Amino acid sequence: MYRYSEFDTAFLAERNAQFRAQVERRIDGSLTEDEFKPLRLMNGLYLQLHAYMLRVAIPYGTLSSGQMRQLALLAEKWDKGYGHFTTRQNIQYNWPKLNDVPDMLDALAEVGMHAIQTSGNTIRNVTADHFAGAAADEVADPRPYAELLRQWSTDHPEFQFMPRKFKIAITGSENDRAVIKAHDIGLQLVERDGVLGARVIVGGGLGRTPMIGKELSEFVAFDDLLAYLEATVSVWNQIGRRDNKYKARIKITVHEHGIDAIRAKVNERFLKVRPQFKGADMNLLEEIKGHFAPPTFREASVASFESAYTNDPVFRSWVDTNIAPHKNADHAIVTISIKKHGHTPGDATAEQMRVMADLAEEFAYDELRISHEQNVILPHVHKSDLPAIHARLKEHELATANIGLISDIIACPGMDYCALATARSIPVAQEIATRFDDLKLEHDIGHLKIKISGCINACGHHHVGHIGILGLDRAGVENYQITLGGDATETAAVGDRTGPGFAYDEIVPAVERIVETYLEQRDSAEETFLETYRRVGMAPFKTALYPEARANAA
Amino acid sequence: MARAFTPKVVTANDLLDGDVIYLTEDDQWSRELTEAELITDEAHAQVRLLDASRQANKIVGAYLADAIAGEDGPEPTHFREDFRRTGPSNYAHGKQETSPQPRA
Repeated sequence: MYRYSEFDTAFLAERNAQFRAQVERRIDGSLTEDEFKPLRLMNGLYLQLHAYMLRVAIPYGTLSSGQMRQLALLAEKWDKGYGHFTTRQNIQYNWPKLNDVPDMLDALAEVGMHAIQTSGNTIRNVTADHFAGAAADEVADPRPYAELLRQWSTDHPEFQFMPRKFKIAITGSENDRAVIKAHDIGLQLVERDGVLGARVIVGGGLGRTPMIGKELSEFVAFDDLLAYLEATVSVWNQIGRRDNKYKARIKITVHEHGIDAIRAKVNERFLKVRPQFKGADMNLLEEIKGHFAPPTFREASVASFESAYTNDPVFRSWVDTNIAPHKNADHAIVTISIKKHGHTPGDATAEQMRVMADLAEEFAYDELRISHEQNVILPHVHKSDLPAIHARLKEHELATANIGLISDIIACPGMDYCALATARSIPVAQEIATRFDDLKLEHDIGHLKIKISGCINACGHHHVGHIGILGLDRAGVENYQITLGGDATETAAVGDRTGPGFAYDEIVPAVERIVETYLEQRDSAEETFLETYRRVGMAPFKTALYPEARANAA
Repeated sequence: MARAFTPKVVTANDLLDGDVIYLTEDDQWSRELTEAELITDEAHAQVRLLDASRQANKIVGAYLADAIAGEDGPEPTHFREDFRRTGPSNYAHGKQETSPQPRA
């Protein structure tokens, strides 16, 4: 866990004092909204449909129990008793008052957190594999490098007024849980001849023009990586389009210039930038690595776990869906579902946050993670503690056994909160989850990811959902387009549109028809939705969704 | 040909709490759409928007929103404005949890 240095603490205190004065000047009328808006956005404060919204960065999704408790305190003291975990591993408070925000930021600073660069045309919160440091399949923990990137990008003078926002994701595993191919830059740690470095993916992104990232370099050693990234961002900062915000992201630059031309420019720039990096970054990285030293994993018998697994079917079902293999065989990675059927995906109450913080402190070496799939993770848990954890989670509506299943839905806030949204997402997610829970089909359906966005900007990652749902405003009525076959992993793909959209009251039945078609078409219970879709293609799903079209054509 | 003018209300967000507010005929800001001034003349609408925009120390982001005359006052014509006057659909938060009160 990264611990703030004196420099970090002083920087944040100064920044928060500046913002406090800016808020005061806005309220007393010395600043107009046009003057204030860029200042508040730099500090993560948005104005949404019904209220302000404060977006707090959770760097690379890692939290200590103390930080989680502070997030609970903010929810209780200055909001309505809950927070919303987002697809960028952030937390959003939906109801802060302008007057209170400086106090909220000071409270965050007490635990080494902030809301800097959670908005604006800057490098945003660097996201990481939520299983980092625990996954059995990783080359190295990506978080020390993510922290280095956070320090490099925060207040980076060259990168404060870029053509558009810039998002970096990092993973240490071949199995991509961080959606690196849908980021402006995606980094995958790889080792070559004993040297640690990264494969660099560039130009991925969702939104209006979804693109899967392309390989910029198959290997850049750590010594050179920061200079290489600086060169990449700098090339785009110079040639990226500022004339049209819809063409400003690096994915369009890469698309228009071609990956080879971009690579040549980056290499040229890299040679100029490289001498400025004299190794201070590597010294810092070494120091940061110390903060992320793995805990001393305790040794104990796992007999109690095995007996609970055999004897308690509810516990077994939860273990089968919510537990992932840990690099230490006696340990496990626990994903706590923040997706109870019928609830808002990603919303946790202050009480739930405290329960999870307590569990982390008691059983999980004081660590928590937030996933881009809007769940909370206890990355290191000895298996013998799983029954106790499960029992505690059950008492607080946190024991839903649905990770990776149809009700583990990503949904953006949509038109219930967001000023940019064109339709609602949350109630659609709630109704799909409730419907399939009523049908008791969820476990039979198996691995299936539904992702819902309430507008074309795709915060809900709909393009890479196995079933993607996009809410639009069609002639003043909510309308939902469906895509199938999207994939957010190392085999990333953008889903295909099924055809015309569906009205609000038709969207859940439409999803049901898609799932029925999958169940009819799959060649065995082992074949997942995505595998079936790849094998049989769109046709049977189209027939199920648009029977009239088929009848008319006949 | 220019599109025919449709009735409007002036709406904004409150500077301090972000709440959705509406300009009334007597120059107050109300949290209730039904209390808003329904403007049927285009030139008057522009004047009222300017009146609102000058109150930068009270409000944020004033604009003209479509509305129609209903039994109890103006009503929204688009679902976005319907959500704005009500609050989110997943919790009874925002305007759904407090009684209307006069403002500013």
